[in-house]
Amino acid sequence: MPIENSLGFPVLSTLIFLPVVGAAIILLISRKQESLIKSVALLTSIAAFLLSIPLFTDFDKSTHLMQFVEKRQWIPSWNIMYSLGVDGISVLFVLLSTLVTILCVLISWNAVKTKMKEFYISLLILEGAMIGVFCSLDFFLFYIFWEAMLIPMYLLIGVWGGPNRVYAAIKFFLYTLVGSVLMLVGIIVLYFYGGRTFDILQLATRNYPYELQFWLFWAFFAAFAVKVPMFPMHTWLPDAHTEAPTAGSVVLAAVLIKMGAYGFLRFSIPLFPEAARAMTVPMMVLSVIAIIYGAIVCLAQTDLKRLIAYSSVSHMGFVTLGIFAMNVQGLEGGILQMLNHGVVTGALFLSVGVIYERTHSREISDYGGVATVLPIYAAFFMVFTLASIGLPGLNGFVGEFLIILGGFTASKWAGAFAATGIIIGAAYMLWLYQRVFFLQTNQKVAGLHDMNMREIITLVPMIVLVFWIGIYPNTFLSFMHPSVQHLLERVYSGGQGATYAGQIAGLIK
Amino acid sequence: MPMPDIRPLVPEIVMACLAMLVLILDLVVKRKGIIAVITMISAFVVFYALFGGVRGEAFSGMFVSDGYSVFFKIIFLISLVLTTLISVRYIEIEKVNFGEYYSLMLFSTLGMMVMASAGDIIVLYLGLELMALSVYVLAGFFRHDTRSNEASLKYFLLGAFASAFLLYATSMIYGLTGTTNLRAIAQYLATHGIEDNPATMLSVMLFVVAFGFKIAAAPFHMWAPDVYEGAPTSVTAFMSVGPKAAGFAVFGRVFLIAFGNLQINWVGILIPIAILTMAVGNIIAISQTNIKRMLAYSSIAHAGYAMIGLVSGGSEGVASMMNYLFIYAFMNIGAFAVVIMLRTEGFKGENITDYEGLAKSHPLASALMLVFMFSLTGIPPTAGFVGKFYLFLAAVNAGYTWLAVVAVLFSAISAYFYLRIVMFMYMKEPKGEVKLSASSSTGIALAVTATAVLVIGVLPSGVINMARAAVLGF
Repeated sequence: MPIENSLGFPVLSTLIFLPVVGAAIILLISRKQESLIKSVALLTSIAAFLLSIPLFTDFDKSTHLMQFVEKRQWIPSWNIMYSLGVDGISVLFVLLSTLVTILCVLISWNAVKTKMKEFYISLLILEGAMIGVFCSLDFFLFYIFWEAMLIPMYLLIGVWGGPNRVYAAIKFFLYTLVGSVLMLVGIIVLYFYGGRTFDILQLATRNYPYELQFWLFWAFFAAFAVKVPMFPMHTWLPDAHTEAPTAGSVVLAAVLIKMGAYGFLRFSIPLFPEAARAMTVPMMVLSVIAIIYGAIVCLAQTDLKRLIAYSSVSHMGFVTLGIFAMNVQGLEGGILQMLNHGVVTGALFLSVGVIYERTHSREISDYGGVATVLPIYAAFFMVFTLASIGLPGLNGFVGEFLIILGGFTASKWAGAFAATGIIIGAAYMLWLYQRVFFLQTNQKVAGLHDMNMREIITLVPMIVLVFWIGIYPNTFLSFMHPSVQHLLERVYSGGQGATYAGQIAGLIK
Repeated sequence: MPMPDIRPLVPEIVMACLAMLVLILDLVVKRKGIIAVITMISAFVVFYALFGGVRGEAFSGMFVSDGYSVFFKIIFLISLVLTTLISVRYIEIEKVNFGEYYSLMLFSTLGMMVMASAGDIIVLYLGLELMALSVYVLAGFFRHDTRSNEASLKYFLLGAFASAFLLYATSMIYGLTGTTNLRAIAQYLATHGIEDNPATMLSVMLFVVAFGFKIAAAPFHMWAPDVYEGAPTSVTAFMSVGPKAAGFAVFGRVFLIAFGNLQINWVGILIPIAILTMAVGNIIAISQTNIKRMLAYSSIAHAGYAMIGLVSGGSEGVASMMNYLFIYAFMNIGAFAVVIMLRTEGFKGENITDYEGLAKSHPLASALMLVFMFSLTGIPPTAGFVGKFYLFLAAVNAGYTWLAVVAVLFSAISAYFYLRIVMFMYMKEPKGEVKLSASSSTGIALAVTATAVLVIGVLPSGVINMARAAVLGF
């Protein structure tokens, strides 16, 4: 099948395999040429980012269909295709992945000193696999990327992480693996029910008996809920985030945990619409628990990274709440909030990395008065803190507002509880800011130098995104409209559902 | 009496002649490396004879050369060649550099080939004993090492028991049907309606015991850890692949041909055994501190996975089992190739703590070990994933979705002990200087296995089609 896109070349394949090629080049470089290794990694990640920009500019926002598609025979014995494409739901995450990788290379420039070669190889392979997850339109291909991602991530946490890294790495691996293998069985069952095909789009047009939908929904839930992570499968996340090196935490927060929510959007809801509809109540309850529980636990943290990790649990609770509200505002808010959380939490981890490189401490009590010593840094951190809280004008506000709007439409209680989560969120973030940046200047931070140019460059793109999404979110929301609309049609197709969807559509107008 | 058509037997005859030739050459050739080369050449000659050879039956159906047997023979020859490659340097270090080592491997491979082609239980028994006797000797090849002696004796005694069970089962089925030919048994059972006869079921159970011993399925696995630990590492690598695959070859043929109509009855026995095997293998492996012992339990667990293919039955089930054994040969011998390199003069290198910090001193060997460990866990894009995927596909297709769920959960458990090796290599600091006994032959073995694991992982079509073609007309 010829490539049918405006660019005239298989851009998605190139995006997936360019980092892998970069990793292969690094493999050939001598271990001693450290600056060359870093440069190759940086250039590769920048090239991948530049290559992904056309996805943004040439994207046709008027259709829900897959774009930039590629389709080839791969394993005919099992009817498996090498099939790629992006739509309004996935395209932004491809861009986020390529952007975040550059920042990860930059932030690790001086922080990673041991086994540098392996580090950048792992990071680049991880990038390829992440992009692959968002672009795959064949279940087998999707699963390959989904699982292959675990290997570099396991190494990133376990080799370059903090003191308790080995425990965190294996915990991350096992939790994710148990969830994923259950999904694998689900995929195989689906293969036989759907007429022996792994084609995601084809499978998403069929109707399955409710009982099958129910079981498959939970099989897929196992994989996605661990990844998100939803309460009560979240316990790997604080450990993994805390122990991972800065780059690892950033990738985890910005991209990896989005894949769980992406899985719900791409698979659970369109494939098992009836089961998803029937499960909205338990899903919303779990989301609300995650929002409030995550936020309260944040208040008790003494470790910087751990606090931000638990705030992820809370923020991802918003995302799943929005998704399972199953209306336009909720879904769009959920997708936007995934992006927001990627930007803000990614940026927060990057910022923590900046100070950690200087003090080698994650304890909040080791800080204090940082604002007087590192004023530029304090300004950056302030913006990200406020974005995380959801201050109007910054990106967090838009996503959370839409989600709560959607939540209220679905259930008043869910909306009310979610709003409470925002208040606690403001409390723990501002308190954190106070303890770290104000108060008496701690001996341990006295005399540290402020951010250098490399670090500023690392954080500037995130600042830009924070304001851009906050002030004019339509740039990003406009990508989603047709895809979200299509998703809702699938969920409420036929019977009462259609009229319900019609009503909601009417309400928006 | 007319001359029987022996053309289907040509590969076996060639193999027997070459094995004896190696035995004789050992007397005159002083450099044992040459014997190793001749062993490998023999394998390729047999390989050639196999492909160019005539398919069909010989000796009125006692010996069958079909796609099924050829596929298994390819596995045996691959494991023979790879084991020879990793043995050359190892048996020098262990100072047991005798030519008999290679001829015994050839003889045991011959035994396996006969097993795979057996259309009659008597032929099956002949092949099985030839294989087993050769491997008993190989297991005890370190004459001065008590562990090796123990391994050999234990394997021999328990193996003799298993053979007795096999003979008992055979005599019983002979008493019922008056034949030892597999197809004739099936026919007699069907036409005389004694498929539900308790004596038939007892015979089936005795076969399960005998074959279960050969593939080291729980609860007949007790010998495996001790024997695998005590035997020379190269022999362990060989045992965990070749004889195990041979066990599956006869398991498949006897149960799907002779007892094909009884499948509903025997899956009831095999499913609990498969689950128990996966449980025992994967759970006990977690607590092992000796890498050979850990890989022994891992090998038990993998027998459990492969049994899923058998349970699923049908051409897809058998093909998935064969595909799995084929892939397992590469990834397991690959892992053993790394294990064997840690054995240097005066250093055993069998504790998993010996792998601490290996990535720092030997990045390439560690990276390869990482690939094999992830493949044994079944993480894509390695061949181990493809193998397991096919098994689960067959299981779900046959209606055993719940069994697939059990298997995937056990394979998630297995991640813990495989990744522990990776953890030791990459996430710990080296304690002391670890040397590797690298040699070009081990290097070739590693290159071949690693390439196979990665290539099959990404492009599995060829192997799948080969396995599917092999079961046609089975």
